[in-house]
Amino acid sequence: MANLMADAMPDAALFAAVTDPANRADPYPLYARLRQRPVWRQPDGSYVVSGHAAIRALIFDPRLSSEDLPPTRRPRTGNPLKDFILNPIKNRITASHRPLIFRDPPAHDRLRSLVMREFSIARVLALRDRIAREVDQLIEACRGRPEVCLVSDLSYPLPVTVICALLGVPEADEPRFQVWATQLATAVEPDAHHDAEGRRAIIDAFDAIAAYMRDLIREKRRRPADDMLSGLAAAGPDGRKQMSDFDLIATAVLLLVAGHETTVNLITNAMLTLLRHPEELDRLRADSERAPQVIEEVLRYDPPVHFRTRKALGSITIAGETIPKDAPVILLFAAGSRDPERFADPDRFDPDRPDIQHFGFGGGLHYCIGAPLARIEAEIALVALSRRLVAPRLLCDPPPYRPGASLRGPEQLAIGIGGIV
Amino acid sequence: MTTEPAGLVVIGASLAGLRGAEALRQGGYDGPLTLVGAEAHRPYDRPPLSKHVLAGELRPDATRLPERTRLSARWHLGNAVVSLDRSARRLSLADGTALAYRKLLIATGAEARPWPAETGGGLAGIHTLRGRDDAASLRADLLAGPRRVLIVGGGLIGCEAASCLRDLGLPVTLVDSNSAPLARALGTWVGGVIAACLRESGAVFRPGTQVLRFEGDAAGRVARARLADGSIVEADLVIAALGATRATGWLRGAGLMADPGGLTCDAACRVLDMDGAPCPDIYAAGDVARWPSRLYGDRLVSVEHWGNAVEQAAHAARNMLAGPDDQRSYVHLPAYWSSQFGINIKAVGLTEGADAVAVVQGTRASRRFLAVYGRGGRSIAAVSFDQARWLPAYAEAIAAGAGFPPILDATDQPRIESAAPGFPSPRVAARSTEAVHG
Ligand SMILES: Cc1cc2nc3c(=O)[nH]c(=O)nc-3n(C[C@H](O)[C@H](O)[C@H](O)COP(=O)(O)OP(=O)(O)OC[C@H]3O[C@@H](n4cnc5c(N)ncnc54)[C@H](O)[C@@H]3O)c2cc1C
Ligand code: HEM
Repeated sequence: MANLMADAMPDAALFAAVTDPANRADPYPLYARLRQRPVWRQPDGSYVVSGHAAIRALIFDPRLSSEDLPPTRRPRTGNPLKDFILNPIKNRITASHRPLIFRDPPAHDRLRSLVMREFSIARVLALRDRIAREVDQLIEACRGRPEVCLVSDLSYPLPVTVICALLGVPEADEPRFQVWATQLATAVEPDAHHDAEGRRAIIDAFDAIAAYMRDLIREKRRRPADDMLSGLAAAGPDGRKQMSDFDLIATAVLLLVAGHETTVNLITNAMLTLLRHPEELDRLRADSERAPQVIEEVLRYDPPVHFRTRKALGSITIAGETIPKDAPVILLFAAGSRDPERFADPDRFDPDRPDIQHFGFGGGLHYCIGAPLARIEAEIALVALSRRLVAPRLLCDPPPYRPGASLRGPEQLAIGIGGIV
Repeated sequence: MTTEPAGLVVIGASLAGLRGAEALRQGGYDGPLTLVGAEAHRPYDRPPLSKHVLAGELRPDATRLPERTRLSARWHLGNAVVSLDRSARRLSLADGTALAYRKLLIATGAEARPWPAETGGGLAGIHTLRGRDDAASLRADLLAGPRRVLIVGGGLIGCEAASCLRDLGLPVTLVDSNSAPLARALGTWVGGVIAACLRESGAVFRPGTQVLRFEGDAAGRVARARLADGSIVEADLVIAALGATRATGWLRGAGLMADPGGLTCDAACRVLDMDGAPCPDIYAAGDVARWPSRLYGDRLVSVEHWGNAVEQAAHAARNMLAGPDDQRSYVHLPAYWSSQFGINIKAVGLTEGADAVAVVQGTRASRRFLAVYGRGGRSIAAVSFDQARWLPAYAEAIAAGAGFPPILDATDQPRIESAAPGFPSPRVAARSTEAVHG
């Protein structure tokens, strides 16, 4: 059905069709059509980049900015107070202390290197046991039920717990984070429209988490522990703060937001894909060593993040198109990862591909900092799910999706099971 | 006399030789293949010699190059080719062996320019750094704890060595005839950044002067250097980093266009004879080759960098296996990297003849920047200090002949800072004790 709809779409409106919730379950036929022109101007003046080679070139092009976000659909009024009310969320994120994902060099590089230093492999590996314990508990809680919803029963709660452990948020405060994470998740979707009530909730969540973080940072300075926030809050070798408190808060919130829905989608998309390819689920059950390659192929085949938006600071000529100065540029990572010029038989799910160089974690200077953690989390979850769910089967295919086209993933994933072992 | 059947022979068993031989096999050649190398070692990698090996992080013999294809070749190692007889299609090796060939790939690279004997070159403790054995003997001398190391020449190798030795805590003096290090590769404007690094590292940098001669102690070991400015530097270990000359001496009398500046080829990597005609059966690649560069107006260039050796060898091998009507031109944008003073330097293009340089991203003060070189309003080269991720975009602009400076409107571009690049005049460069790689 989705295919038919995609075929009927006029070329000019292809990207509008991508953002249309009706195509959420299977946007891939639209991507295939978009790739006929790897860089394609849309009627609204934005440029959609869907070819693997073009995306690769652009993520290493110094003229693309993540800082100057293209104008939102809500026009600026020029009156700051009005703007704030009309578009409060964006103003919160993009104020002077916006997080590093929305910053360009050199500020980006300085912040990123501080975070990278704290995101050591040792610290990530130290979270293994905690993740495994959490996964076991979440699965255990489903015992006795004929049906589970993977999203609400496992994928959704798990990443928040893990990020809290990483940052050093006390376990007792975790339930509050679960609530904030849910409210903030809707804020980062580029096309989300919120009613007054929704906006209020998001603003409140921002204010609440910022206040909480301010206190926690103070606490970490007083009594440093072996966690990421303590490391970031510590003084540098010169005795001065390495990051301003504003940047610290922005970073902590970013880690929560960037590491939440993405990981939810990865675990959910992986399980959905495996249930659609039962032979692969069997192979994983028999051989858990296959998990890393299954996860890499999911990141290519059905990734959690479909596109990211940039702005062209100058005109860029690429793949026969000239992107003019100031144009929004949409890097359609999920289409690049299925480019037949780059991958043989790209629409086939095949964890045994010899090289799976996907854009699942983006690429270039904003390449996902949390990738090692996301991989470990997904690996532990998938191995446990494949071993412990007895005779799992999809109850609803395709499942219902959340509205987001960029952070795209099922809202629910109902799985019928014969038990838990 | 030889009993081996005439096949393809590769002369020089280093980076270009090995990669060329591999490309011959990968290209489907299954006849006899011979590699001749003057050094006794299997092919090894040189870049680590002035970096990790000097720093003591890697043993000199741990630099062997991975051999990626089963070559099924005959190796003559520790045995240089001493002459080439084109009419008889025969090579003579140092041990007297005669070797027939059907086609040749010449990849004899370059040799470090030694310190002249007349001005102290024979003294113990004066080193050059080109091969594995050089690195091993230099390391041995370093471990003995020299009182002061004098490095002559602030080219890439001289600067890398200075950086390593300072990391080891050894007292270092670096003498260069230009006002800044890396002057010939990058100009004094960019080189000034490394001058600051040198001084900050605790090395003594002596710009704008030259070593006239070395004097030894009673045991014949170097003890001090006399400089052109009249001063004396007490040093018991010397690294002469004076640049390299192409290993073409063995071709004397072969009737080819060869001199210490290189072995001239056509665009298809075929070596030219004295009349300027390409020899259909003799190819060259790597440091030894000098070829017309299409990207630089067909000017004859020779490139002493790793990437060229790899690419050109594969290209030459491809043409060796192709018919006379299918000889493809080698089009290459030169590139190299260097690491020193904690900075990862990467460069593309040829700076020769540049009349302007501009920092287009970052700042010199932060030591993280990208600078582009211009000539007559075109961008011809770019160098990055810890900004390598952007370099491919600039390389593409350069290859496409973009104006100067290219890529305005980039991130991290507060204000484009332009200057005269400060290249030494060719006359000075000829006498210079400073050089690029090799
Ligand atoms: C210390 C050092 C550091 C370097 N660092 C970098 C770097 O960071 N980045 C970079 O891009 N490049 C670097 N280079 C340059 C790079 O190593 C060279 O470009 C590369 O080695 C060239 O390979 P080649 O095979 O053409 O020549 P070579 O490596 O010089 O090999 C030529 C071989 O031919 C042999 N030979 C010579 N004459 C004869 C003969 N008559 N018969 C038989 N054999 C013969 C020689 O013994 C030698 O083994 C460095 C070089 C050195 C010396
Ligand atoms: C499956 C899980 C994940 C996916 C698919 C994913 C994907 C991505 C992508 C595509 C980007 C690039 C954004 C851009 O180019 O604009 C990114 C950036 C980022 N991610 Fe992730 N992510 C995941 C998990 C995580 C986790 C667990 C964390 C941290 C706890 C994290 C932290 C970040 C950060 C901080 C950035 C910004 C990096 C920068 O701007 O330099 N991510 N991620």
